[in-house]
Amino acid sequence: MAGYVPVIGLEIHAELLTHSKVFCTCSAEFGGDTNSRCCPVCSGLPGTLPVINETAVEYAVKAGFALGCDINKFSVFDRKNYFYPDLPKAYQISQLNLPLCINGLVPVEYEKDGVKTTHDIRINRIHLEEDAGKLTHNDLEGVSLADYNRCGIPLIEIVTEPDIGSAEEAKAFVEKIALLLKYAGVCDCKMEQGSLRCDVNISLKKPTDTVLGTRAEIKNLNSIKAIGRAIEFEIYRQAKALDMGQRIVQETRRFDDNRGETRSMRSKENANDYRYFPEPDILQVNMTDEQLMSIRSDMPEMPDKRLIRYTENFALSETDAKIIINEKTISDFFDDSVAAYNNPKAIANFIISEMLRRINLGEISLDDIKFSPVNFAKIIEMAETEKINKSNAKDVFRALIDKPEIDSEKLAKDLGFIIETDMAKVIDVIAGVISANETAVTQYRNGEVKVFGFLMGQCSKALKGVATSKQIKEELEKMLKN
Amino acid sequence: MNLTELSLRQMRSALDKKEISSAELTQSYLDNIKKTDAKIESYVTVCEEAAMEQANAAQERINANEVSPLTGIPLAIKDNICTEGVRTTCASRMLEDFIPPYNATVMEKLNNENAVMLGKTSMDEFAMGSTTQTAYEKKTKNPYDLEKVPGGSSGGSAAAVSAMLAPAALGSDTGGSIRQPSSFCGVTGLKPTYARVSRYGLIAFASSLDQIGPIARSAEDCGYLLNRVSGFDPHDGTSMHMAVPDFTAKCGQGVKGLKIALPKEFFEDGATEFVRKTVLSAAEKLKAMGAELVECSMPALKYAVPAYFLISSAEAASNLARFDGIKYGHRSEKGSTYGELIMNSRSEGFGREVKRRIMLGNYALSSGYYDAYYGKACALRQEIREEYNKIFETADVILTPTAPRTAFGINENITDPKMIYYSDICTVTVNIASLPAISTTCGYDESGMPVGMSIIGKMWDEETIIGAADAFEKTFTRIPAKGVC
Repeated sequence: MAGYVPVIGLEIHAELLTHSKVFCTCSAEFGGDTNSRCCPVCSGLPGTLPVINETAVEYAVKAGFALGCDINKFSVFDRKNYFYPDLPKAYQISQLNLPLCINGLVPVEYEKDGVKTTHDIRINRIHLEEDAGKLTHNDLEGVSLADYNRCGIPLIEIVTEPDIGSAEEAKAFVEKIALLLKYAGVCDCKMEQGSLRCDVNISLKKPTDTVLGTRAEIKNLNSIKAIGRAIEFEIYRQAKALDMGQRIVQETRRFDDNRGETRSMRSKENANDYRYFPEPDILQVNMTDEQLMSIRSDMPEMPDKRLIRYTENFALSETDAKIIINEKTISDFFDDSVAAYNNPKAIANFIISEMLRRINLGEISLDDIKFSPVNFAKIIEMAETEKINKSNAKDVFRALIDKPEIDSEKLAKDLGFIIETDMAKVIDVIAGVISANETAVTQYRNGEVKVFGFLMGQCSKALKGVATSKQIKEELEKMLKN
Repeated sequence: MNLTELSLRQMRSALDKKEISSAELTQSYLDNIKKTDAKIESYVTVCEEAAMEQANAAQERINANEVSPLTGIPLAIKDNICTEGVRTTCASRMLEDFIPPYNATVMEKLNNENAVMLGKTSMDEFAMGSTTQTAYEKKTKNPYDLEKVPGGSSGGSAAAVSAMLAPAALGSDTGGSIRQPSSFCGVTGLKPTYARVSRYGLIAFASSLDQIGPIARSAEDCGYLLNRVSGFDPHDGTSMHMAVPDFTAKCGQGVKGLKIALPKEFFEDGATEFVRKTVLSAAEKLKAMGAELVECSMPALKYAVPAYFLISSAEAASNLARFDGIKYGHRSEKGSTYGELIMNSRSEGFGREVKRRIMLGNYALSSGYYDAYYGKACALRQEIREEYNKIFETADVILTPTAPRTAFGINENITDPKMIYYSDICTVTVNIASLPAISTTCGYDESGMPVGMSIIGKMWDEETIIGAADAFEKTFTRIPAKGVC
């Protein structure tokens, strides 16, 4: 069952973060009471007409820029006709021949047989369309219920070329797309809420084959893990079938998360004929160079550029840089902190060791960081310039989390961490520690250097705000020798 | 004073001078409806009580001297225009019980002026047809001869105006649905430039062709009503930011120096001998009044009907797909799966003609057939537009018959749908090219049935065609409909 090359292409649906829906003014927020966020337009009442949300077009173009696409200045909407109760008009307004964005390129890094590999994935197109409603089937009562809140939420569909060769690569690609869309500010990419969904097209071929094999499409995968598992199962299934001399049927399949298997939904023979034609209710989109330039100028610095800046200008390690870049909020916070105190390495270390830990513990909300980067940077500056002891920095930070509006220097002062050197007191305290810990001192003098930490700790505790750690350490060493 | 014979402007003046009240005016029309509509069957729904309430509300405004041009004036509305709280059926079983929760933009505009709605007028089912005989409930009769069709699809609106059951009405025109019934019923009907009037709330037949427009007893009344419903609408993405001029500005100014083109194909294939002669003699009359006649040609006319039916049916097939009985409209009692339910609901809810168009449209859009049918029709659309542009290089307006023949008998029983389709040949190109056109009566045949002529204008130039039609109307004496007397 070896010797096949998987050929994988993805279709990723991403809901755009606009306030209102794509063709009416209803709220596009996630959730809400059943059918509370719909109007005559998005519930498809007779006589209603769609009016395009210009922000949705702008966001789709931003996604295009983020994924390295060319933008079609002249773009057309089409109707995709099919009957389904979650689609109240019985057609979806989408784009067929002239999508907003084409010809993108996204470099993806992933591990292949334990080796770090980079591969450029081509983006065929990104088009703008509307999401459908949600159906709930109640088999016990034999009814299906429709909720149209999601109906008309702007959606972009990102279609790749069949450039992906493995489950690992596909997963890395989707993660990268999610990161880029989050940076562009157009999608929150919450797969668990369905704001990012993925269809996988996959076929196998022999390495020497020049034509592609027959593909299967696996619909609606809603986690990175499911994408990987579905692809792995599908490679296994298709390879097994091919080994047995069977033909692969072109079909749509569903992934069963519990069983870890894909199952046939419908074959090509039963596929819909969508009878696309240009949507007569929406004028063609014509974008000027000025509009495109203004959208582009609104784009933030993207992750790949940040990585270069962090590693080359700031001399961060690639691992550290990536940890910070992985969350745009953190990366922005980092940059703002560095602007306040130009010591990227120290700030990066503190963010990674302290701040991220507090975020993971739920003490800080990523969506709502209450303290300012300036106030945050000041803690690190105080520690680096020995205004406070480094070991006290995290206590000041903890105080800052509780009182984010208070100046961090004041917090340090209130905690008694600001150092005002008094060497006489240092000597006094150290002498006390030495005489109170005879055993340890003897051990140290006999060459057991590791007890130094214990003695140092005793001194530091009693000398908070009296001297820097360095001063205490030097003095303690000196006095232990005598 | 016979209240039902006043023009809209005369009504305005009489109302403002308190010579009449809106209630009296409204009541006189409601009386006429009560008296004769059982025979004509032009209204699907008569809003007797609501109309009187609206009339009284309008009167308060009039008494306070806070009037708009249509305050207190009664009107009839085609039953495919959504009216909040009032049944809007499209003359279909499918929407027999549909009460829209919102108003069409034109209704918002009329309501803001406190115009009075007498009721909703019948039509061909979903505006597909030229006879009003495909209506589910009210198969309207021609007021000139109750044995004849009123034309369609806005047959109810045209017949109501013709039979003095409304001073003016709104219709909709996708391929001639305002002009042809206006012609058959001896009244004036105007199809505005595409995007002049918001389509929001007009239950779509063919979105790229549909336009709401006025039917009235004169060109000037048409202009007067059109002014009140025109303009950009943020709810209609295809409506345009165009200034709305006084459409009646050229009324009373004659046609001196007006260049009128007569495309020969319309008079060759497009009309019976009698219609041809009547329209040509009207042209001579205009010439005698100072207009200049220009000969011209539209070779693409022979493809116009197939192009029109492909485009309109394709759009209709998609527009009407939403009628599945799930959220509104007729729902079948039969069927245990979603597929069965919608199939049965649609089979029961739609009439034959509608089904025919849905099948035609879906066929034309099917994969493998798109280029041969829909694609070609779109190419023809471009061709027809260009031919119009060329004609307008040397002419101000174009004059054609409105229909190849006068109203046909209800019992003529034309079973070949193609024959009915071809009777739209004189009107469909105007929709295909998004142009404005007005139909007015220019004669009567041997049995007294009205003959209509159409004056087609340049994009956004309703003023000129209204002015030209007005000039002709002032020299022409209409014979009132006898079917109601």
